[in-house]
Amino acid sequence: MPHHELSSPRPKGYRLLGPLGRMADRFAYPLRLSHYAELINPLWAAHRLQARVVEVWDETRDARTLTLKPGIGWRRHRAGQHVRVGLAVDGRQYTRTYTISSAPQRDDGCFTITVKSIRGGRISSHLAGKVRVGDHLAISLPQGIFFLPDAQPVLPLFVTAGSGVTPAMAMLRSLIAQERLPDTVHIHYAPHELDVIFGRELHNMASEHRRYRLEQVFTRQHGTGQQISGHFTGEQLARLCPDWTRREVYACGPPGLLAALEEHFREAGRARHLHVERFLADFTELPADAVGGDVRFARSGVHATADQKTPLLRVAEDAGLNPPHGCRMGICHSCDTRLLSGCVRDLRNGKVISETGSIVQPCVSAAAGNCELDL
Amino acid sequence: MITNTTTAHLTSEQIEEFGRELDSMREEVIDSRGERDRSYILRLIRIQRSLALAGRLWIFASLLFLPAWRSGLAGGAAFWGVLVAGVLMLALAKILENMEIGHNILHAQWDWMMDPDVQSSTWEWDHACPSDQWMHSHNVVHHTWTNVHGKDRDIGYGMLRVTDDQRWHPFYVLNPLNAVMMALFFEWFICLHDLELNKMVAGKKSFARVRRLLVGIWHKVLRQARKDFVLWPALGAVLALPLASVGAGPSPLAVLLIVMAANAAACIVRNVWTFVIIFCGHFPSGVHHFPREAVDGETRGGWYLRQLLGSCNIEGGPTFHVLSGNLSHQIEHHLFPDLPSNRYPELAPRVRALAVRYGLPYNTGSLTRQFGSTMANIVRLSLPLQGPAWMGASGTRRQRSI
Repeated sequence: MPHHELSSPRPKGYRLLGPLGRMADRFAYPLRLSHYAELINPLWAAHRLQARVVEVWDETRDARTLTLKPGIGWRRHRAGQHVRVGLAVDGRQYTRTYTISSAPQRDDGCFTITVKSIRGGRISSHLAGKVRVGDHLAISLPQGIFFLPDAQPVLPLFVTAGSGVTPAMAMLRSLIAQERLPDTVHIHYAPHELDVIFGRELHNMASEHRRYRLEQVFTRQHGTGQQISGHFTGEQLARLCPDWTRREVYACGPPGLLAALEEHFREAGRARHLHVERFLADFTELPADAVGGDVRFARSGVHATADQKTPLLRVAEDAGLNPPHGCRMGICHSCDTRLLSGCVRDLRNGKVISETGSIVQPCVSAAAGNCELDL
Repeated sequence: MITNTTTAHLTSEQIEEFGRELDSMREEVIDSRGERDRSYILRLIRIQRSLALAGRLWIFASLLFLPAWRSGLAGGAAFWGVLVAGVLMLALAKILENMEIGHNILHAQWDWMMDPDVQSSTWEWDHACPSDQWMHSHNVVHHTWTNVHGKDRDIGYGMLRVTDDQRWHPFYVLNPLNAVMMALFFEWFICLHDLELNKMVAGKKSFARVRRLLVGIWHKVLRQARKDFVLWPALGAVLALPLASVGAGPSPLAVLLIVMAANAAACIVRNVWTFVIIFCGHFPSGVHHFPREAVDGETRGGWYLRQLLGSCNIEGGPTFHVLSGNLSHQIEHHLFPDLPSNRYPELAPRVRALAVRYGLPYNTGSLTRQFGSTMANIVRLSLPLQGPAWMGASGTRRQRSI
């Protein structure tokens, strides 16, 4: 059976028991041996990768770390990479992307993700609130290019905010586990000192490791939530990390922080030394005359009306389709499809794509007039 | 539009209102689909897979009780008891897979879950007919043109005379015999159904089109047959080999044949059961058939009305409904082919009340009544005879159109 991206963790042909499995699969036709192995233990399935929740731990009032034991198709991640997680909410399966917060050097074969429940976010609040030890989640293999170089020495500066601390945490844990922590500066923005994901561990790291310097910026007052301190500025950077021009910068956080960093580094001519991981696609402002249109999904013969700002993946799902998809933020290319006619707009840069036959990413594209997609 | 004594009392506006009431029932179910439905189907899939595996293991286990093993436990009764239990488990697994699971997944009833493993576009069922071909002959042809002569090819499956509206031909003398053949090998009749071989013989369909379908069938049938009639029997024979070499067990050849026969028996039990259920869907006495003109300009309300008049339910308990793939709720299935089948039982009394309110028939009865009248019709229709008065004016009723 062909499967969506999430359920094919290995290239085609991956089977239980190697070549012997090919023969065994014939006994199970039209299923595979893996479908029966899954009955005994979901982690033995080869046709789709799953993970068992083995521990849950509250980091803050709205962020929780899930320790996951991945199934046999797992491949060890590189610190900083993310994983797509699928779970069913109200009977429907959704997929979201989370950074792995543990170091690949863990020897129990488990990894952790740290999920901050977003207000109004059904999936994140389900993951951070309802998932229990013993549950199984669909996962993808680790992916992403946000990781430190293996051999080449760098002087890292981490700039993180809120749950954007997760990739930095994986990197720090990994460097410490390998006993090769270089001289590191970490600027972290959080609401207040009691609302810092990994707050205790970061603090301990700073006191145990001379080469790790933590600069925390607290932005809000307890209780009232009033803003008490500014967000990122150039002077703040120069004050907290005077040698920032010598460092490779790894940043993860909300779009506002990343935009400010990118601008500052571009002006300083150091854009090449800024490495950014986004957890939300950064959509640009739409021109005032942008319009939606009628969308035709050619392969399924379904029509829908779309406005100028709703991603076409969402439009397709609302029309009852379930196209393959992954990160929903334009990173993983699981949802790529072909434009058969008409125009779409890439919501990240506002560019209009009208060339028939172009590959478009429906999760970050909206209708720009009528269009037809090969879905 | 349909008119006759059954529906003459309804104006076309009333028929549309009837359709709108069914639409709102449909919307209600769609809005309430959720975790309960998901756990139902996923649990059933797990049960079905466990049964299939257990059935095959029991068939193997029965061989340990063969007299030739010279075991203390050995005995004819133990062998047959375990073997039959294994065959029935495997048959039950195939029935569940084909009916409540496969048939309904292929109707896109579970696509809303967005579960990549339970999607109509990728599901392949444990049946000789390739899923995509079956979805065409069943979902598209049969469900659109239900009981319309010259359109719905499920009327007698191009083989049987099941209503007076099919003109008699000497071939139909074989009707009872053909029905038995079809029951035993139903899977294969369905598999070849979409080929429309009769059209090809009549020169209305090119061999090129048939060939494309044949390639798909060949691919599927080969793998199905390899599993049930080559690989599992051969595995049994291989396991028996070391024992046979020291003169302890039955010959590997005997094991091969027993496993082959057991798997064939499971397939046949499944075939007969699906035949019985499916033939109760549109052929029992009292069901309505329609001429081609009846669907000219048919509205949504008219389509709903035709589905109600052209389908028959079977009464029974919850287990029976699951074993029939909820096709015992054929009326609800035809009105709402893409709603999750576990919701049909709760829809049935509401649809029935709606039919009563609109003065429309709702054809339901025991399995004996529905299957009995279908078979009686098939026997009677083998000869060019009119139906007796006790069966109604005709075994099945034909709708006229204006």
